[in-house]
Amino acid sequence: MSSISFDSSLDPILSRRAAIQKIAASSIARRKVYSKVAISVCLLCLVVALIPLVAIITYVAAKGIPAWNADFFTQVTKPEGIPNGGVWNAIVGSLIIDGIAVAASVPFGILGGLFLAESDGPAAAAVRFSADILTGVPSITIGIFGYIVWVKTVGSYSGFAGAFAIAIIMLPVIMRAAETAIRGVPVTLREAGLSLGARRSTVARRVVLPAALPGLLTGVLLAVARGAGETAPLLFTIFGNQFFQANPTKAMEALPQAIYTYSSQPYNDLIQIAWGAALLLMVVILVLNVGSRLMAARLRRERR
Amino acid sequence: MTEPLTTPAHIAQSIGLTTEEVFVGHHAGAAKAMRLENVTVTFGGRAAVRGVTFDAYQREVTALIGPSGSGKTTLLRALNRMHDTVRSAAVTGTVMLGDTDVYGRSTDPTLLRSRVGMVFQRPNPFPTMSIYENAVAGLRFNGVRKKSLLDEAAESSLVAAALWDSVRDRLKVHASTLSGGEQQRLCIARALAVEPEVLLMDEPTSALDPIATKRIEELIGELKDRVTIIIVTHNMQQAMRVSDRCAFLLMGEDRTGELIEFNSTSKLFSEPDDPRTLDYINGRFG
Ligand SMILES: Nc1ncnc2c1ncn2[C@@H]1O[C@H](COP(=O)(O)OP(=O)(O)OP(=O)(O)O)[C@@H](O)[C@H]1O
Ligand SMILES: [Mg+2]
Repeated sequence: MSSISFDSSLDPILSRRAAIQKIAASSIARRKVYSKVAISVCLLCLVVALIPLVAIITYVAAKGIPAWNADFFTQVTKPEGIPNGGVWNAIVGSLIIDGIAVAASVPFGILGGLFLAESDGPAAAAVRFSADILTGVPSITIGIFGYIVWVKTVGSYSGFAGAFAIAIIMLPVIMRAAETAIRGVPVTLREAGLSLGARRSTVARRVVLPAALPGLLTGVLLAVARGAGETAPLLFTIFGNQFFQANPTKAMEALPQAIYTYSSQPYNDLIQIAWGAALLLMVVILVLNVGSRLMAARLRRERR
Repeated sequence: MTEPLTTPAHIAQSIGLTTEEVFVGHHAGAAKAMRLENVTVTFGGRAAVRGVTFDAYQREVTALIGPSGSGKTTLLRALNRMHDTVRSAAVTGTVMLGDTDVYGRSTDPTLLRSRVGMVFQRPNPFPTMSIYENAVAGLRFNGVRKKSLLDEAAESSLVAAALWDSVRDRLKVHASTLSGGEQQRLCIARALAVEPEVLLMDEPTSALDPIATKRIEELIGELKDRVTIIIVTHNMQQAMRVSDRCAFLLMGEDRTGELIEFNSTSKLFSEPDDPRTLDYINGRFG
């Protein structure tokens, strides 16, 4: 095409290259400023968004830490005026109620999410829509629902009724998280399974669900964090119990319930316990959130 | 083994040139577009490719070949600092683009990348942009606003990518309406529009059919005068067809890629210096 040596001003490509490089170099300062400004704005928004979070955490910690002593974790609640009260009954109650709720909602949630991810039909659209609506239903409504469907029918307040209400809160969260996780599994993996003569259900069970596991775990833990903090659904279903009660067919205590009850009492030692319980709940939810992320990240790393 | 009397080595001897000069037809002072010296890339402390030294000459196509996992992509991405975005990655050694130290303190990666373009394995035109906007995207990113310069660069790069005739009437339609081969040529045009000095291509035809592949290979030959090309390819026929020089990478015992041989393509494929190269091109491993 062209000769070995040439005058750069005559070669259109070389002259254009020079022009472009000049513009790029002269605009780099401006572009750097833009980029700095954009990053600063992002950082600023981040900080503003973090302020309430940090404020709440430090405030609750400051108020709650003084309540944390041996009695707090080992004693049941005492009536006002009697010292050495704790929330042991509420801790056990929360564990049992949330445990039952998880056991009940995980299978429905994950299988429902699988259906949503694998099916594009009108049924899936309807279920997805309902799940989204359910996520947005005020939790007190779900408490009343639990009261009518369970407490009224069975005839008594119970841990099971509370677990029922909490499971309804968790269900849509798990379902949508599971759908997202399952959709994230590359289509090529699914096709590889099908091309080996596997049925869709086999591919789902042996290929898709295992590949989606990190996302599923995150979804479940986030749902637990969400459910463990709910108060309104419990108020109408477990009633609350000052005594130790590990039988879920009976009225029980739970951490959110304890916070609600004690914080509305006019006694400082009970309010103190409420702060301690609030801090405990917050720490548990924080640990669940952070833990789910770490676990998912680790699973993803291990699989590479 | 009886050697034929007309091997390049014999010819070289008889006319007083080095073997390399016979093969490449190169005068000794050929300009170097990029120089790699002892380049090592590590991910989280583990070396993926180690101690690579070679030069890419202007107006030539340099091919990187080697088995899967030998670090071709890793090495290529080190040349325009794409590893900057990978947190665990670290590059040591020296990469020079002309007089510019690619990893020098005062080198801005953004400006550097406008001088060292890249074409990826899968065509990746920006899906929300028209063909024209795709072609001039790099210029806009680099602050070019003058319409005449944009238009001129768009046409020139689309012509160079052998796409102009088929898209000149529909520059405003979305790039996603093009076929795979056309999309890849659009990506080449997009890279060329910035008029980079070096164009890095990572298996640019591996997602294309033979006809589209052939067109891109022809294109590479035509682009040589405009831009120095460094291309990764799995296909040895392709390396023979398009490249002037060839770097052969192979991973050793510790699974770290190393440069086994760097030679003119014709020499590397006819009488390589290293027995491992011969094994590889004869399909004995990899
Ligand atoms: N981001 C990364 N993090 C960690 N390791 C990586 C990363 N990218 C590449 N590697 C490792 O570097 C090595 C070389 O990979 P590379 O993709 O460069 O090989 P390649 O020669 O291009 O192979 P192929 O021909 O299959 O494309 C591999 O062992 C790979 O696991
Ligand atoms: Mg590669």
